[in-house]
Amino acid sequence: MLSRTAENLCWLARYVERAEYLARTIDATLRVTALPAAYIGKTNEWDSALLTAGVAESFYQIHEEANEHNVVDYLSFSADNPSSIRNCIEAARLNSRSVRTALTSEMWDTINSAWIELQAVWSKGTSTREDLAKFLRFVQETSLRFDGSAYRTMLRNDAYWFSRLGLHLERADNTARILDVKYHVLLPEEEHVGGPLDFYQWSSILRSVSALTAYHWVYRETLKPWLVADLLILNGTLPRSLASCYDNLTRNLDQIGVAYGRQGPAQRHARGIRNRLEHSNMNDIFQHGVHEFIQEFIADNSRLGEIITKQYLI
Amino acid sequence: MAVAFDEMNIPGGDLRPAYQELARWLKETPPEALEYRRQEAELLFRRIGITFAVYGDSESTERLIPFDVIPRIMSGKEWTLLEKGLKQRVRALNMFLRDIYHGRDILRAGIVPDDLIFQNPVFRPEMNGQQVPHDVYVHIAGIDIIRVDAEDFIVLEDNARTPSGVSYMLENREIMMRLFPDLFARHRVAPVERYPDELLSALRSVAPNSASGEPTVALLTPGVYNSAYYEHSFLADKLGIELVEGRDLIVKNNEVFMRTTEGVKRVDVIYRRVDDDFLDPLTFRPDSALGVPGLMSAYAAGNITLANAVGTGIADDKAIYSYMPEIVKFYLGEEPILKNVQTWRCREPKDLAYVLDNLSDLVVKEVHGSGGYGMLIGPAATKATIEAFREKLKREPEGFIAQPTLALSTCPTCTASGLAPRHVDLRPFVLTGSKSTTIVPGGLTRVALKEGSLVVNSSQGGGTKDTWILDE
Repeated sequence: MLSRTAENLCWLARYVERAEYLARTIDATLRVTALPAAYIGKTNEWDSALLTAGVAESFYQIHEEANEHNVVDYLSFSADNPSSIRNCIEAARLNSRSVRTALTSEMWDTINSAWIELQAVWSKGTSTREDLAKFLRFVQETSLRFDGSAYRTMLRNDAYWFSRLGLHLERADNTARILDVKYHVLLPEEEHVGGPLDFYQWSSILRSVSALTAYHWVYRETLKPWLVADLLILNGTLPRSLASCYDNLTRNLDQIGVAYGRQGPAQRHARGIRNRLEHSNMNDIFQHGVHEFIQEFIADNSRLGEIITKQYLI
Repeated sequence: MAVAFDEMNIPGGDLRPAYQELARWLKETPPEALEYRRQEAELLFRRIGITFAVYGDSESTERLIPFDVIPRIMSGKEWTLLEKGLKQRVRALNMFLRDIYHGRDILRAGIVPDDLIFQNPVFRPEMNGQQVPHDVYVHIAGIDIIRVDAEDFIVLEDNARTPSGVSYMLENREIMMRLFPDLFARHRVAPVERYPDELLSALRSVAPNSASGEPTVALLTPGVYNSAYYEHSFLADKLGIELVEGRDLIVKNNEVFMRTTEGVKRVDVIYRRVDDDFLDPLTFRPDSALGVPGLMSAYAAGNITLANAVGTGIADDKAIYSYMPEIVKFYLGEEPILKNVQTWRCREPKDLAYVLDNLSDLVVKEVHGSGGYGMLIGPAATKATIEAFREKLKREPEGFIAQPTLALSTCPTCTASGLAPRHVDLRPFVLTGSKSTTIVPGGLTRVALKEGSLVVNSSQGGGTKDTWILDE
């Protein structure tokens, strides 16, 4: 297939995934900030929402301080923020138009309808909490529909695999970013276990990657920070964990390799990261330093993106 | 202006035969049902994303072309005549182009004046002596046809560069069949759906000799911001060929390749929807980012076929248009089956004088214009507009031609106040391959939705209709 088509498919999936992640982040932050101050301490949750979205720097160039109003607007609707939800959906639609021939009609319909709704219903943003909740649900449902249509209707060929690559690169990056911002509340030495402050922080982390229920099923335990970290980093059964993302990335790259009859640096690099995750345990990671581990992972993950681009997309 | 020829109603109350069943059906169908289907059609178009962009309109970059649900109907007999005329016309266009870029018999015979060719910006000296496969220049032609009576078909314009609109012909039919199955059951409508197959075989048939047995065809688009982008992606999809942009192509050793995830792959035929000017920055406009550097040298080396060929603009130029009857006679020795609209060439002093004296009755068009931009419709224009145009004409008479205001035929059309006659034209698409010329029965009917308006261009508020050729 055309390199540009593959690139567009990859980015299309990334944009949709990112839009959903932003919606989840806002949703989780709204829940935490609705709690009495005693439960959440003095940290500015809207500031950390910006950090997990990776847009704090650009935000503070326009705004003095972060509050619900301006962060929700910045993450959802702002034209100044290149990765606001609105811009993600617009970019996804533009990408879809330029690769329409590689999309199934169901996928196109999902993106196009979302774009139409964005303009018809959400062009002025949201004014009430209720509206905002509706908007966030709309974004998450769009992502689910898109993912579902891709899964159910696409041929299992390179178009599908490149689209999945985009999805999992983005997903891995998002999960890693939350961990990067919140790692301090996961450290075992800061053990005031069961303290209300951390409990809500942890559940908020899990909520933003839709893993709160999963946690209970996997560990059958109350929330413990190292288990939260374990779930998000190493547990291969949780779709948003780093391990699971790399299982998928390795598999999709291998499928491309088989179809094209040759492997390359992308396959090797992905396999390297997966092996590292597979052979790690939380004790080692805590010993080594969670923060360092996560930062290394983020760099490795974005390096994989570059290698894929070089190998296939230009 | 005379009363327009109506394609359905004969003055006095009778119906033309092709419309009898439709008229019966309309009588049985309540207006609300029609309105409901109209809304449904609009929804479908929007969801499928069949949009076009209007240049110079910053408000909305994507718009729907209004679709009228009442079909425009022609009898098989009418179509047979039209088809014959179209084939004749396109054959002559191709022979004319071959001649202009080679022997130039027609200039020596004094039929077309030299300076109209050589001083014409759409004449491409790069094409002099250049061999194109099977001597086909215009692989895809869109010939705009109008009617003023029951007998004749008149060519309003030849489009020999990158004619658009065929996606509407196909999608309009799809949507009509979805919305009005009952109406189709009562007619025998010739199908149009084989157009993509015909197009693909025509394109494959003109592959260069150096191509492999299974030539690779690609559609070259200027990109998502082009007004006809939807059509480009639609056609690429239906043909099962790659939709490429300039940046997807590279030229190496005078061969054209596309960049794929498996390395580069040779391309043999490019169905290009990019204008000559933007094809190759090394040959034409150096500032073009849409084209492919080196494409013209691969073309000259005979390793790539461009459809349509470079330089076809010289055949659909509005100044050349007025010579078409002579051109047909010159190459084919036949009387033209399709008529021309009477045309005054403003470059000729006698004609200019007439035009200046009769501006308020005439339609004046820019020789190189298209899409209905920059034209004067005398009877509908204000005094000030006419005077401003008069100055333009005097400054640059060779840039204009003038034609009488024709009463384009009308067809029944849905309007806010019920069915009413509206002016229409027709653009059938003529495909020429190495062996044959084919035309799918039908075309794009454009309709001027405003009462009395004669401008059918989509960029100027025109709409479209499904066009039915009855199989009798």
